[in-house]
Amino acid sequence: MTATGREEVPASAADTFTADEIMTACAARALADGMTCFVGIGLPSAAANLARATHAPNLVLIYESGTIGAKPGRLPLSIGDGILAETADAVVSVPEIFNYWLQPGRIGIGFLGAAQIDRFGNINTTVIGASYADPKVRLPGAGGAPEIAASCREVIVVVRQSRRSFVDRVDFVTSVGFGDGPGYRERRGLTGAGPQKVITDLGILEPDPASCELTLTGIYPGVTVPDVRARTGWELAVSDSVEELAPPTAVELAALRQLQANSTSR
Amino acid sequence: MAEIVSLAEAIARAVHDGDEVAMEGFTHLIPFAAGHEVIRQQRRDLTLVRMTPDLIYDQLIGAGCASRLIFSWGGNPGVGSLHRFRDAVENNWPGPLQLEEHSHAGMANRYAAGASGMPFAILRGYSGTGLEGLPGLDGQPAVRPITCPFTGERLTAVAALNPDVAIIHAQRADRAGNVQLWGITGVQKEAVLSAQRSVVTVEEIVDELAPQPGAIVLPTWVVDYVAAAPGGSHPSYALGFTVRDNDYYQAWDEISRDRDRFSRWLAGEVLAGAGRTAGAGAAATGRGA
Repeated sequence: MTATGREEVPASAADTFTADEIMTACAARALADGMTCFVGIGLPSAAANLARATHAPNLVLIYESGTIGAKPGRLPLSIGDGILAETADAVVSVPEIFNYWLQPGRIGIGFLGAAQIDRFGNINTTVIGASYADPKVRLPGAGGAPEIAASCREVIVVVRQSRRSFVDRVDFVTSVGFGDGPGYRERRGLTGAGPQKVITDLGILEPDPASCELTLTGIYPGVTVPDVRARTGWELAVSDSVEELAPPTAVELAALRQLQANSTSR
Repeated sequence: MAEIVSLAEAIARAVHDGDEVAMEGFTHLIPFAAGHEVIRQQRRDLTLVRMTPDLIYDQLIGAGCASRLIFSWGGNPGVGSLHRFRDAVENNWPGPLQLEEHSHAGMANRYAAGASGMPFAILRGYSGTGLEGLPGLDGQPAVRPITCPFTGERLTAVAALNPDVAIIHAQRADRAGNVQLWGITGVQKEAVLSAQRSVVTVEEIVDELAPQPGAIVLPTWVVDYVAAAPGGSHPSYALGFTVRDNDYYQAWDEISRDRDRFSRWLAGEVLAGAGRTAGAGAAATGRGA
């Protein structure tokens, strides 16, 4: 097979797929039918729409633009594309989506990306560099993420893995995972359970129930544990039983590619 | 009562150097034509307020109109960075830009407090994040803890936003100046009600506002100026009138990356464009749809 994503996925399946495709398929599988899901743009949106197109037709997609129950037939470029409003069950204002829908814990899954993530699942999308006032790189900032990370009942993070993105300590905590470890979320009044899965282009990490530290629990076909360690900026904890994750099925690949084709050809 | 005037007159009368200006529209109905008019009238030292600065504030920042920015997400949606915003923050070009930064929930609640005539709003938010410790434009903490007087729960308070002027784009107004907008309505109602003055650009001015599902109406007596600007939200869109020009958002990445190229764009597409509504032609033909 040929992997054409940003990181090579070694051959192991009859079909060919990219690193982004297996990551998107794994993220989609984490969404059960009938769930409610607060969706960010990019890979999270692709995964949520793939889930809806395959095993989870009743997945409720909620975008921060106030579109509840959006059913786009293609991948939107922004969280406010017209197709989201036109296909939604309800369109509400931005104060309402955050205050009435997100804040009380009504939404099951929050789907986030990250520029940096640390061993406790804290996310940085604000600045790279030691100084906030004089940053090396100015990133977009928080958007809806801090309250999604705080108030959705669970959070799934989708992020490509490298030593630049998987760091021992994030330069800035935009969105809280488990803070500095056990008990932090409770002390800070964060009502949701926090990040339960971090899905990367190498595999899946999940928080250890006791230490809250992200632990490697699954890898893609052809990926090794040393491969993952080499792209992690801290001493990575590894589960005793690392599962080999299934490659995307022909059905998943066809559905994902159709969504993407619809997006570029409309 | 709103006055129906030209866009140039609306901006000249409503927006002054040093003002705090909120141009809202959450991806949908972004008032680009009005933003370009502010650039043409060479307003300076503005405090720009907006949840998602988007291309419109990238352009105003690059054009040197802004000294301060209050915001919650400064990217090019689905594309990447806002390069003029980054150049200002990282390299002080064309001048320094002081930031006050929040989350979307915080900004939305700040507008709601302003619209409600309250000094602050309360939310469960910011807790444990780096945003908690950041200063506002006045150097004091921009968000502060507050204890619920009923339960003792620790919550977060954010100060009301009351900009000098709010500018939005809507689908329609009638000849009395009542404004109607629908689709994704973002925080536009809150922005207008929180501001001292307001300008609304519209796709069309009609005799009577026909009912629309999900529409909100801003009565003429809470609006100061209404100006016709068909296609005036391009490359954003006005549901029912134009479609989002996603290609333009992608193209902006290249245009804005380089100072000289941006300056040429500014001279050719905005400064030379007085009297026309920027992008109207492209939007009307659905370019990039």
